[in-house]
Amino acid sequence: MSIKVIQVGEKILGKNEDKAAENKKRLDGRKILTVNIMSSPGAGKTSLILSTIKQLSKKYKIAVIEGDVASSVDAEKVNAVGAPVVQINTQGGCHLDAFMVEEGLDNLPLDKVDLLFIENVGNLICPNNYLLGEDIRLMIASLPEGDDKPYKYPAMFADSDVVILNKTDLQPYLDFKEKAFRQVVDGLNPDVIIFPVSCKTGVGMQEWFTWLEGKIKEKKG
Amino acid sequence: MHEASITESMLSLALEKAREAKAAKVTGINLVVGELAGVVPDCVQFYFDVISKNTMAEGARLNFEIKPTQIKCRKCGNVFTPADHKWECPKCGDSNVEIASGRECYMESIEVE
Repeated sequence: MSIKVIQVGEKILGKNEDKAAENKKRLDGRKILTVNIMSSPGAGKTSLILSTIKQLSKKYKIAVIEGDVASSVDAEKVNAVGAPVVQINTQGGCHLDAFMVEEGLDNLPLDKVDLLFIENVGNLICPNNYLLGEDIRLMIASLPEGDDKPYKYPAMFADSDVVILNKTDLQPYLDFKEKAFRQVVDGLNPDVIIFPVSCKTGVGMQEWFTWLEGKIKEKKG
Repeated sequence: MHEASITESMLSLALEKAREAKAAKVTGINLVVGELAGVVPDCVQFYFDVISKNTMAEGARLNFEIKPTQIKCRKCGNVFTPADHKWECPKCGDSNVEIASGRECYMESIEVE
């Protein structure tokens, strides 16, 4: 039998992108501002979510999709502050994809949500390659990780709309050079917004809350 | 680890295209992958050998064209390969740069019988 070459020219993750567009449409229809939170393990994703819920939950209804390799530790923390939460265990998988998020959306009271946080699996290698249906791609970089991370994970920094630079309270103990960090990140991604904060002490958090509230209002129209 | 899900997506895309072409067998899959895409070819091949069993793509050859990381200066347009810790444009010194190549992850073609 003769061999025939069939031109394909399609992205391998094209199906995920189609599903992400479907999720986005569903969330847009309900005017829910959706934030995909990515970072390495331990950078402060859950801390940022908890502080933000505490600050904004009197004015806005906030829900969370928690992605984790295993366990429901984070979901329990979110549940304890009274926000609807769905836990997705990826069974060892290193990222969330749009199909998992769809399942999460099926299990949330979407008619009663203004702001949805999707906490991705802690990993800087691949979560940014999977669109989920979000409005905002946010990554957290924390000072102990070092200021050279943008060189190692350039795509992650290039894809983020917002970078939260967390654990600024540790600066006296570290050699982290914020200027050098900013120079690479701003260079790769001129539109990025960087918020230096400490989730622990609260320093810098007000700027983030104000910005996020503006985005929620913008989405509500 | 993400190679498992990439391999699943890749296999299902190849099978879909082969069915559309009414092919009997997939003998080769040609992929284009950038250095920054985080895809390890050996790893994809390993998963592929397992999950393609009993499909018409069983035994297909995977060919990877690897695209190197290329950075483009947004100021002067110079395209260059970045050094480890130096991403400023070697021509004009500006640090306003974009990733021009290295993030590709697509299927160029399949070979079928």
